[in-house]
Amino acid sequence: MAMQFMLLFSRQGKLRLQKWYVPLSDKEKKKITRELVQTVLARKPKMCSFLEWRDLKIVYKRYASLYFCCAIEDQDNELITLEIIHRYVELLDKYFGSVCELDIIFNFEKAYFILDEFLLGGEVQETSKKNVLKAIEQADLLQENRIRITARVSMGGLRKNLY
Amino acid sequence: MPAVSKGDGMRGLAVFISDIRNCKSKEAEIKRINKELANIRSKFKGDKALDGYSKKKYVCKLLFIFLLGHDIDFGHMEAVNLLSSNRYTEKQIGYLFISVLVNSNSELIRLINNAIKNDLASRNPTFMGLALHCIANVGSREMAEAFAGEIPKILVAGDTMDSVKQSAALCLLRLYRASPDLVPMGDWTSRVVHLLNDQHLGVVTAATSLITTLAQKNPEEFKTSVSLAVSRLSRIVTSASTDLQDYTYYFVPAPWLSVKLLRLLQCYPPPDPAVRGRLTECLETILNKAQEPPKSKKVQHSNAKNAVLFEAISLIIHHDSEPNLLVRACNQLGQFLQHRETNLRYLALESMCTLASSEFSHEAVKTHIDTVINALKTERDVSVRQRAVDLLYAMCDRSNAQQIVAEMLSYLETADYSIREEIVLKVAILAEKYAVDYTWYVDTILNLIRIAGDYVSEEVWYRVIQIVINRDDVQGYAAKTVFEALQAPACHENLVKVGGYILGEFGNLIAGDPRSSPLIQFDLLHSKFHLCSVPTRALLLSTYIKFVNLFPEVKTTIQDVLRSDSQLKNADVELQQRAVEYLRLSSVASTDILATVLEEMPPFPERESSILAKLKKKKGPSTVTDLEEAKRERSVDVNGAPEPAPASASAASTPSPSADLLGLGAAPPAPTGPPPSAGGLLVDVFSDSASAVAPLAPGSEDNFARFVCKNNGVLFENQLLQIGLKSEFRQNLGRMFIFYGNKTSTQFLNFTPTLICADDLQANLNLQTKPVDPTVDGGAQVQQVVNIECVSDFTEAPVLNIQFRYGGTFQNVSVKLPITLNKFFQPTEMASQDFFQRWKQLSNPQQEVQSIFKAKHPMDTEITKAKLLLGRSSDLGQHSLKKLILTLQTLWALASSTPKPPRLDACCVWSRICKLRCTGSRCAQARTLFPRGYVTYCRSSFNPMQAVGLCVLFPCVSATLGDHTAHSTMEHLSTCTSSLGPGRGWDTKGLLTGTTAGLPVQGGPGSMKSRQPVVQSTN
Repeated sequence: MAMQFMLLFSRQGKLRLQKWYVPLSDKEKKKITRELVQTVLARKPKMCSFLEWRDLKIVYKRYASLYFCCAIEDQDNELITLEIIHRYVELLDKYFGSVCELDIIFNFEKAYFILDEFLLGGEVQETSKKNVLKAIEQADLLQENRIRITARVSMGGLRKNLY
Repeated sequence: MPAVSKGDGMRGLAVFISDIRNCKSKEAEIKRINKELANIRSKFKGDKALDGYSKKKYVCKLLFIFLLGHDIDFGHMEAVNLLSSNRYTEKQIGYLFISVLVNSNSELIRLINNAIKNDLASRNPTFMGLALHCIANVGSREMAEAFAGEIPKILVAGDTMDSVKQSAALCLLRLYRASPDLVPMGDWTSRVVHLLNDQHLGVVTAATSLITTLAQKNPEEFKTSVSLAVSRLSRIVTSASTDLQDYTYYFVPAPWLSVKLLRLLQCYPPPDPAVRGRLTECLETILNKAQEPPKSKKVQHSNAKNAVLFEAISLIIHHDSEPNLLVRACNQLGQFLQHRETNLRYLALESMCTLASSEFSHEAVKTHIDTVINALKTERDVSVRQRAVDLLYAMCDRSNAQQIVAEMLSYLETADYSIREEIVLKVAILAEKYAVDYTWYVDTILNLIRIAGDYVSEEVWYRVIQIVINRDDVQGYAAKTVFEALQAPACHENLVKVGGYILGEFGNLIAGDPRSSPLIQFDLLHSKFHLCSVPTRALLLSTYIKFVNLFPEVKTTIQDVLRSDSQLKNADVELQQRAVEYLRLSSVASTDILATVLEEMPPFPERESSILAKLKKKKGPSTVTDLEEAKRERSVDVNGAPEPAPASASAASTPSPSADLLGLGAAPPAPTGPPPSAGGLLVDVFSDSASAVAPLAPGSEDNFARFVCKNNGVLFENQLLQIGLKSEFRQNLGRMFIFYGNKTSTQFLNFTPTLICADDLQANLNLQTKPVDPTVDGGAQVQQVVNIECVSDFTEAPVLNIQFRYGGTFQNVSVKLPITLNKFFQPTEMASQDFFQRWKQLSNPQQEVQSIFKAKHPMDTEITKAKLLLGRSSDLGQHSLKKLILTLQTLWALASSTPKPPRLDACCVWSRICKLRCTGSRCAQARTLFPRGYVTYCRSSFNPMQAVGLCVLFPCVSATLGDHTAHSTMEHLSTCTSSLGPGRGWDTKGLLTGTTAGLPVQGGPGSMKSRQPVVQSTN
């Protein structure tokens, strides 16, 4: 059981993060993204979080303005995947302190690093929030200059759905 | 809210991202990006060496641009440089770039692998982690080649940090998935299994994924993981929610690990009793917890808890051995069916589908039928409704089929377009599979067409016609029902097709009722004609010509219709041609010919339902097959009776297409003797020696067939003996020379060839021979002469049995002697009228044989012709020959009765056949080569593939007419036809002479050559 890929996109359909755990050509990736963004955005709020797509299962959840969307294989567990998404959002939230879409836009590399600590090769590597963030913050300690990102505006955060 | 960006802010990057976000249009964005790309390129190419920070910043910008969806074709080298930086953040960005923009440049890969190697050897856990993440993200074959040997060592080394172990385990998993051949198995595998006992739950979590995948491929090697996994799982499910600290997720202890462990256990059958008891306890605990009140109102709590529960249910279903657990699982899912969470309802429906295929829980699943039907009606989400349809399909058996099919049909009226076709297929399959009463089946399918005609694929309406034709108990009902359905002012075209076909076949069954008299039937169909597409109109035209045969009273009405300009001058060539041909056929052919040409369709050979095949294709082969297989087995168990088998029922009444008709394939009537090695002992006790015949020698069948048209050759050969034949026949007498050759250097002793005629054959065939010398020297040949007299017609061939001693062993060989009725045929001159007169007398049902067969080979005319002439008739199917000849005659009658051929009439068709346009698909060939009207009657317009066999023969025969091979073709035809045989009451000689007389032989009045110019000019 492995996750095939994870996509983060906004309500406007802008892709914010993409992580592919299976080798695909760039063309194919773009095609999949386009198709899925369209499919997921067309769904109504109360609908269930799972859908069959090609021979995969799609598990998605919306947090504020962002959609988190994972593709898993036929045998995989949908509910635990839903909680993988949630745990990732928690990790982002804890790291950025009330995360919002802009954090992910401006610090996309951090979003990737956190994801790599949590999921590797499509499998859960470490589920402890503490352990994941410890690994990331170690790197930050090595960093001397921190600057303010002035462009950041309040978006209300993804937090609303979190707790 | 803290407004501080954590980590290493890169101001330039932030500014660039802001710029991009501020772009008002796509063009502006591209402009800004191109400007940045030019800037970065000049920086990278500049003379001034860039510091690490700038390099990192620019590489990061390139990455951002790439992730926006633009192509990046440079910067790889700079990223690789970053890998060897000592600063963690620079290294990190380098690795990120490499992971996202994998490049197959071999020089770069060498450099990257080098950097990874250094980091792996650095013993710095954060650097090792980065390197392992990079390998896992890229997962290419080159990386597997470089590191697949190294990583297992890191994984099992005692001094490796936990976090590195976790990365190493999943990194190895990724490499194993991509290139399993490159990951060497070894002692590390047993140590990996013991990671299940590791103290660090993160390590266990990562290792379980690796072990699961490895165990799937090498179950034996990882068998010990079962007991370890069970004990780990047991410790988790019994722990208090605080025991596992940070690994407890919303009061659920280690849900991810639990799911993975349950998954691992699904690679194996139920474990040994000791372990099994513990596992059952675990599963019961998980089921019990589902009943406890939730510890938190958060959806995360229930999701995590239920994720474990669903995985546990999957394991229970996988083991399929504990009825108690299966029923509990089913009840639990039953509760979820009415849960307020859509997700749970969806998953419960999905999970129940698999539960329905277990014999233990099938009945329990069935109790939820009302809930599922309700879900179908009330769920607002189409994906949930889809699951409900799947579940209804899975839980269907004979007891509830009528209810389920009715519900599916009523749902179909409002179903989403996206799933209609699938529902249609499912309804069609269930209706057929569980039909006890076929009138119900017909009603169901007609309803299906009425409700969702657009989604009824060809397969579905083909199938209903196949079934109606094969089951005569339902034909009258079907005719009545379609007739009524067609009364609707607007009916779907598929209904017109079914209606047209069925009334064309069985309209006579309801014609007695004045409300559905022939004329009314015709008017009803014709009222739909103009609204239909070309293929349907073509079908209707065939129905009309069938009506001409069924109801002579409407003949003129139909001829008027066919004669109208809208038909005869139709722009569509297919319709025009049908109209022209049918019109001619109806006016020139006698009622007898019409009755033969347009007779009722014979039953279809039974085969797998084409609809099921289609559903399988749609859903992927695995799921449906498994389910079907499982259901089939189960329904035998549960219902205590096999499924109804319309297939076998109708097959029994269908004349078998096997070679039995010819008697070629039949075993010799004599009882089978003992195996040669048993000697004569048993034979002497139980029977007289004459019947102590060996079973027919293998391969002799083929040889026999070859002799149907040949008189000389080798009949049999093995390592010891060769039997050759020479024969001649004249009138009712024949003489056959049999040559026995001893292929060895040793003498055959007690050599006794015996001719055996079955009882009924003895009366018809008189064989006389002299005994041969009982000793055959090594390398010698002995000749035996057989005088043959044909007294009356016969079907079976005599058997030649040879017994002798070779060395110490007794040998016994039997072969069929190729004395067939056709050897005694002689040509007779006869005028065509005389022939047809005799032909028409052959009207008893027993006097006709027809079988439809598929061509086994592609249609290569030259090969087919050669085969035909060589007489390998078994390839082509001799049974169709009567029909073929009949068709030839009908054609000939048409051709010769038309002095001035109008455009596209039979003569033109004739020429088309002769042109042998062998291009395109087989179906296309068949259509091109074979005139439509006659194709209809051998029902190929319904399924052209079936007629191909016939069509293969047809052009070959017609092509040979008029040239010097015509005679041998005729000879062959006669041979084949004869083997259909007088046993069935045929007048063989009449047929033969009629055939030759009726067909255009060289120089005859209707020879091809004289016709050709006419054809060309009209074409």
